[in-house]
Amino acid sequence: MTNPFPANRPSLVGVLALQGDVREHREVLERLGISVREVRRPRDLEGLDGLIIPGGESTTIARLIESNDLLHPLRAFCASGRAVWGTCAGAILLARQVDRLDRPGIAVMDIAVRRNAFGRQIQSFEADIEVEGLAGGPFRAVFIRAPKIEAVFPPARAIARLDDGTIVAAMQGNLLATSFHPELTDDPRFHQLFLAMAARASGTGK
Amino acid sequence: MTETGTWAVKVGLAQMLKGGVIMDVVTAEQAKIAEEAGAVAVMALERVPADIRRDGGVARMSDPEKILEIMEAVTIPVMAKCRIGHFVEAEVLEALGVDYIDESEVLTPADDAHHIDKHRFKVPFVCGARNLGEALRRIAEGAAMIRTKGEAGTGDIVEAVRHMRAMMSEIRRLQTMADDEVYAYAKEIGAPVELVKRVKAEGRLPVVNFAAGGVATPADAALMMRLGADGVFVGSGIFKSENPPKVARAIVEATTHYNDPEVIARVSRGLGKAMQGISVHSLGEKELLAVRGW
Repeated sequence: MTNPFPANRPSLVGVLALQGDVREHREVLERLGISVREVRRPRDLEGLDGLIIPGGESTTIARLIESNDLLHPLRAFCASGRAVWGTCAGAILLARQVDRLDRPGIAVMDIAVRRNAFGRQIQSFEADIEVEGLAGGPFRAVFIRAPKIEAVFPPARAIARLDDGTIVAAMQGNLLATSFHPELTDDPRFHQLFLAMAARASGTGK
Repeated sequence: MTETGTWAVKVGLAQMLKGGVIMDVVTAEQAKIAEEAGAVAVMALERVPADIRRDGGVARMSDPEKILEIMEAVTIPVMAKCRIGHFVEAEVLEALGVDYIDESEVLTPADDAHHIDKHRFKVPFVCGARNLGEALRRIAEGAAMIRTKGEAGTGDIVEAVRHMRAMMSEIRRLQTMADDEVYAYAKEIGAPVELVKRVKAEGRLPVVNFAAGGVATPADAALMMRLGADGVFVGSGIFKSENPPKVARAIVEATTHYNDPEVIARVSRGLGKAMQGISVHSLGEKELLAVRGW
C-alpha cells in the first residue's frame, strides 16, 4: 500500500514528557491525525519526524533533561534538521540566552529570553496576535507566567509581536519558539504550521 | 484585547504544573532546595502539616513576611494557604502576589458552611476534595485546580489513595450512565448538573487533579500517578525526612517515570529514613483534617 500522505505530512511526532502540559499537545496532534510518542529517554527520540517541548516549569524540565542524560541527544536532534517547537518553558529551553536558569538548556536558538517577564500569575493574560505566515486572522494567545523574547539574532527572526512590540514568537530554520500556549486553545493553526515545518524537514532528508 | 484573570489562564497554570511535584516549605532556604531538586512550585507555610498536627491550636494563614521571603528566593510559582471560607486571608494573599491560593482544610476553618467565592479573584485557587461531588462543588465555586485531601501530616498514603480511587471510579461509573440518569446522580453527589454532564462527556474533571495528603516516598508519588493523579503535592514528607534534597529529587524523578519501576527502584535506593509518620487508623475522629470542608 502506498502512503496516502507522501512527504507532506509527518508520521510520528514526539512530545518531551518529563513534566508539563504534554497531554494538551498530544490531543491537538491526535485530532490532526498525527501519531504521538511521549519522550522520556534518549531512545524515545529515534524515528521521530519532529519534537515539541511543552509548557511547564523550565527549571524542572532542565533538571530532568540533565538527570535523564537527554541534553546531548536533544541538541543532536535539533542539529539533525528535524522540526522542534518549544512553547513557553520549551522556548526558554531552546534559547541560547536565558536569565536565571541554573543549568544549561538545550540552547540551540539564537534568541534571548527573559523568564516570567510579564510578572507573576495575576499578570498572566490572553491576547489576540497577528502571526506571520498564519492565515485566517488573529490568533488567541494564552500567556502564563510567560517569558518575553527580548532579542532575536539572525538567522532567527520574529514572527509575532504584541501590540507594544514585544516579540512572542520566533523561527530559525527548523526551530520554532512561542512564549504562549497554542495547545491551550481550540485553534490548531500553530500545530499545523509546525507540522508543515516537520514535513519539510523530513522531506529534505533526516 | 488583553485580558487577565481569565478561566483559561487560571486553569492553565495548573496545566503547566502537571507531571510535577509541589513541595511544602517553611523557609527561603528550603524553597531553594525544593527548586534545585526540580519542584514545579512551592507551598509557602509557617509550619508543615505534621507540625500543625503536633502543636494543635488554631492554624492560620502564614505571616506575609515569610511568604514574601520565599517569593524572593525562587523563580518557580509560590502557593500559599488560607483558611476555608476566609476570603480576607485570600485577598491578602492575592495582594502579596502569590501565584496560587490553597483554600485548605489543613488550616482551621473560618466558616463552617461556606467556602470562598473564588470566581471574583484574579489569582487561581486549588481546593481539596475526597470525591467527585466535593470536587465539583469546589469547581462550581471557582477552584481552578483540585487535589485529593488525603490526610495531611501523617505520611500515610491510605486516605489519598481512597480519595483518588473514589473520584476515578465515580467518573467511570458516570460514563456508563444513561443521559437521563445524570440528574438524579448530580443530586445524589451534591454537584451542579452542568458540571456532572461535562465530566460524563470528557471522562475527567474539568480542571487538573493532583494528589495530596500523605505522600512520603517516591513509590507513594508514583502510586498516585498510576491511580490517575496529574501530579503530586508533598507536604511533610520531604523536610521531615533524613535527607531532604535527595528525597526531593527522588520524588521528582518517580513522578516523571511513574510507569517505570526500574527508575523508581534506582532513585529509592539509600534515601535514609523517611518521615516517621502516623497511621491514619490510629487517629481519633477529631484529629482528622479531611472531614473539614462542605
